[in-house]
Amino acid sequence: MSALGNGRRVVGMRCRECATEYPVQATHVCEMCFGPLDVVYDYDAIRKRISHGSIAAGPPSMWRYRDLLPLEDGVPVVTLGEGFTPLVHAERLGAELGLNNLYLKNDSMNPTNSFKDRVVSVAVSWARAHGFETIGCASTGNLANAVAAYSARAGLEAFVFIPSDLEPAKIVSTSVFEPNLVAVRGNYDQVNRLCSQLVESFPWAFCNINVRPFYAEGSKTLDFETAEQLGWRLPDEIVIPIASGCQFVKHRRAVGEMVDLGLVEAGSKLPALTGAQALGCAPVYNAWRDGTDTVLPVKPDTIAKSIAIGSPSDGSYVIRIARETGGVVEAVTEEEIVDSIRLLARTEGIFTETAGGVTIGVLAKLARAGRWKGDEVVVAYVTGHGLKTADVIASAPATGRRFEIEPTLKSFKESVNI
Amino acid sequence: MATVRIPGPLRSLSQGEAAVEVEAGDLRGAIEQLESRFPGFRERVLDPSGNLRQFVNVYLNDEDIRFGGGLDAKLEPRDEVSIIPAVAGGRTAH
Repeated sequence: MSALGNGRRVVGMRCRECATEYPVQATHVCEMCFGPLDVVYDYDAIRKRISHGSIAAGPPSMWRYRDLLPLEDGVPVVTLGEGFTPLVHAERLGAELGLNNLYLKNDSMNPTNSFKDRVVSVAVSWARAHGFETIGCASTGNLANAVAAYSARAGLEAFVFIPSDLEPAKIVSTSVFEPNLVAVRGNYDQVNRLCSQLVESFPWAFCNINVRPFYAEGSKTLDFETAEQLGWRLPDEIVIPIASGCQFVKHRRAVGEMVDLGLVEAGSKLPALTGAQALGCAPVYNAWRDGTDTVLPVKPDTIAKSIAIGSPSDGSYVIRIARETGGVVEAVTEEEIVDSIRLLARTEGIFTETAGGVTIGVLAKLARAGRWKGDEVVVAYVTGHGLKTADVIASAPATGRRFEIEPTLKSFKESVNI
Repeated sequence: MATVRIPGPLRSLSQGEAAVEVEAGDLRGAIEQLESRFPGFRERVLDPSGNLRQFVNVYLNDEDIRFGGGLDAKLEPRDEVSIIPAVAGGRTAH
């Protein structure tokens, strides 16, 4: 590639399907075959500068892995301190599931309480550095939160497109940042399609469309952090929620980069990458179950709205990566989602949204089916906070003990049978 | 006449036109008509066996044609056909 050797870490873009190369630009689709474009790095240059020490000397955020992100040195980043979220050894949940080395990557601790802050920090930083004045996105909610917040932080205009039936909490926590909020009467796939037409008419950086190749790279930091927090080793298996499949693909890239660059022991076995879906929107699971790579679209009908993508762009890649790494794709019912939110809260003190319920639900389902012997290092990515979908728990039958009493000792003793 | 919306990556073929009128009985016929006007169009949208390419989505009046008759779906006057890259919103198959 002509740009090689000019001292930049990103040397271009390449079609994942037909390998046609492109200069760095805000586009996501190969003109030849419509395949997705990926960022191409100069790994030889990166290998010379990256080390455990160089990473440890970086900030306590995902930007400590900047050498493997598509922002050149010196480019100011738009940050709210995203990433470097806790990796929790889940001893009580693990005991319930027969897993001695279960870890939860609690990404609900990000600035806008979901995984999306990682990708949006990269996308908005890239867009601002490349002269864009307006940030856009099609969103199932979490991305809307993040785009609105990071655009405010960057002083950029934002146009956020959401399905009009989104959870009220997600609308409030987006509109507070005063973006242009466009509620579309349709599902996410329809919103996304509208945006992929708008991107051709407006000079905007749509995070998940024309700047997607850069945006998606932010997902890798989840794996870098997980490995670093485990003492620079890879887990045996990672359970990951699947929406478009975009982050799943990047997790595969990230673990490969760590092996190739010597950040983990040479010859380390790649973790099994396992995907989690809600049965109410399970196009990837359906294809996996049927033993095919052909992912057919579905019409979503699930409480796990943040991952309810009926037509997942990277679905067939998920299937191939799960197969390659020894992972599986599994799905859970709506009831299992709610039960799993409660299970996680009860055992670990972590309140996750419905997508997290899907992930924990699949983890529990696989554990109970005997997938693991007990000592494997298993990590589940908990990608969003429970307050985002609190209505799901509020409207379900109450669990736990609740008392209403008079403000007297007598009333307390009479009501609460301790 | 039905209208076909042309995505950015194919506009170099359609001389920059974002929307093109076609007179065809079904979607396959519409693609053939576009091929005769813009040589090379067919192979960008269809694979050698005549199926829709992996990363191309086609919508007939807002409905993904995979939910309906596929490329054999009938076209009525004033129908709107959109060809959209699948990467955001996707079709995937191998």
